[in-house]
Amino acid sequence: MNFPTELKYTQNDEWIRIEGNVGTVGITDYAQDQLSDIVYVEIVVSEGEKVNQGDTCATVESVKAAADVYMPVSGVISAVNEELADTPENINSDPYGVAWMVKIELSDTSELDDLMDSGSYQQLVESKD
Amino acid sequence: MLEPLLCDLSVPGRVGFRFPEPDVPLAEIPENLVRQNLPLPELYEVDVVRHFTRLSQLNHSIDTGFYPLGSCTMKYNPKLNEETARLPGFAHLHPMQPIETVQGSLALMYELQEWLKEIGGFAGVTLQPAAGAQGELTGILLIRAYFEARGETQRVKILVPDSAHGTNPATSAMSGMHVIELKSDDRGNVDLQALKAECDETLAGLMLTNPNTLGLFDENVEEVIRMVHEAGGLVYGDGANMNALLGIVRPGDLGFDVLHYNLHKTFSTPHGGGGPGSGPVGVAAHLVDFLPAPVVTILEAGDEGMELPPLYGLESPPKSIGRVKSFHGHFGMMVRAYTYMRVYGKEGLRKVSEYAVLNANYLLARLRAHYHVPYDRVCMHEFVAEGRWPDAPDIHALDISKRLMDYGFHPPTNYFPLIVHESLMIEPTETESKQVLDEFAEAMIKIASEAHSEPELLKNAPQITPVGRLDEVKAAKELVLCCAVGAYNR
Repeated sequence: MNFPTELKYTQNDEWIRIEGNVGTVGITDYAQDQLSDIVYVEIVVSEGEKVNQGDTCATVESVKAAADVYMPVSGVISAVNEELADTPENINSDPYGVAWMVKIELSDTSELDDLMDSGSYQQLVESKD
Repeated sequence: MLEPLLCDLSVPGRVGFRFPEPDVPLAEIPENLVRQNLPLPELYEVDVVRHFTRLSQLNHSIDTGFYPLGSCTMKYNPKLNEETARLPGFAHLHPMQPIETVQGSLALMYELQEWLKEIGGFAGVTLQPAAGAQGELTGILLIRAYFEARGETQRVKILVPDSAHGTNPATSAMSGMHVIELKSDDRGNVDLQALKAECDETLAGLMLTNPNTLGLFDENVEEVIRMVHEAGGLVYGDGANMNALLGIVRPGDLGFDVLHYNLHKTFSTPHGGGGPGSGPVGVAAHLVDFLPAPVVTILEAGDEGMELPPLYGLESPPKSIGRVKSFHGHFGMMVRAYTYMRVYGKEGLRKVSEYAVLNANYLLARLRAHYHVPYDRVCMHEFVAEGRWPDAPDIHALDISKRLMDYGFHPPTNYFPLIVHESLMIEPTETESKQVLDEFAEAMIKIASEAHSEPELLKNAPQITPVGRLDEVKAAKELVLCCAVGAYNR
């Protein structure tokens, strides 16, 4: 299982990649593995929308379960991955790459301190198993 | 395809049914409304009967085999129920008949309401809801109406534990409430700290499945209910798991304000393809006035010796939320459930639950050495095992489920509850003999060994069913079934 070191992680298995003041958000390799074959994804926020840390930004459905995806940080949505709805299987094959979900302009960078680095997240995943 | 569609079986000119000559004048249909082309299949009666009989034989059913589908209570459906439901006095009624002509049926509904009140410890019951999920919706609408009547419209929050039935959050959302998920503690109970944090003036209620989907009776249920009540909220009970409690615990006595029953689970009416369901709702005294209209009541008392029976009729509760179902609900299911209760009686119904719990614990005891059971304590009518082993990493709960079909068993509920990895939720019910339970346990033990020695047996299962492993991704993604369209365009 893959835990890229340049990312930050949440308890709920989301990742965020920080570039300047913009974060890119998706779900982790562990999350897609737990869900198994993903058949549906709906992003429920839109560009320009103000969101808070913990708000639902997407819903993901696999052959065995449905799960909400939560915002790791607060801010304004600057982009959503429009193509993902037609290619939900990309979340299984490339969760940290083409299957990003939203980009956000951070309003409070101190919220990043609430998130985990790859080492602590990997430990959390291993303890869950 | 194993069985062709009716459209494909069609042969021009075949007729299976002729309408009798009308005894009233035919209405003139305007020319522009008459269809020129209606390509319905043309078949003899025998073609149709054979088609549907063949289809019926492709499926697993409770009449053909063991069906341990957790939280669904797939108990045997006694054939006597079918006989009473078909009595002409019940089967040939019209719901618009004057009440004087349907006194027997109203008496049956009244008694069923009374018995459900007694079994659940409630002050009122509606028989209208068509199934469990509609019973839930009715219950939450009752809670909402209660708070509206008290002017407490700020109460919009419904708490749903992560071990609840999957319909509970959907019900709350559909009722316009905000859903908050509550974590379970490490013994599978509601986490009291998490509950405490949500107990405020916006709390409308808690939806509690007890026993929960782990098959565990919440050890703190009275404390949980007390905390919700102290915060001003009400407690909804999901009675889908009532098969564990009959005659032993009454939810109303524990403090539940509302609860739905599943006649099609606990009280042996058919479901899983044989329905329809029926989901009566019981309520405590403070919610009786809000019940859906109408309820069956006694309009005029009879005399003591029952020389003159009471006059039964229909009544609308004063603050009723209105109708939730056309007419009076699924009456045929009420006749079946009534029959079931009459056959078992008070002591018999308690035995139903005792044996349901005993059977589940017997299977748990036989399987725990072979399957990891994460919340391993005395269970109620069902338990949840993990369908995975560290030394067989490619095997999943799904593979075990499919392999069970090769042994002639319906798979358990899998991948629910979500708080157990690769979960297998097993509910044997009381209607299975020790012989069947042993056969199932042997199959599960054998599969555990195959998972390590011959994993391909699981990966390629099922082999003996009419169709093999289905493509679940395709089934979930391609929702348009076009075959009917093709036939119509011919």
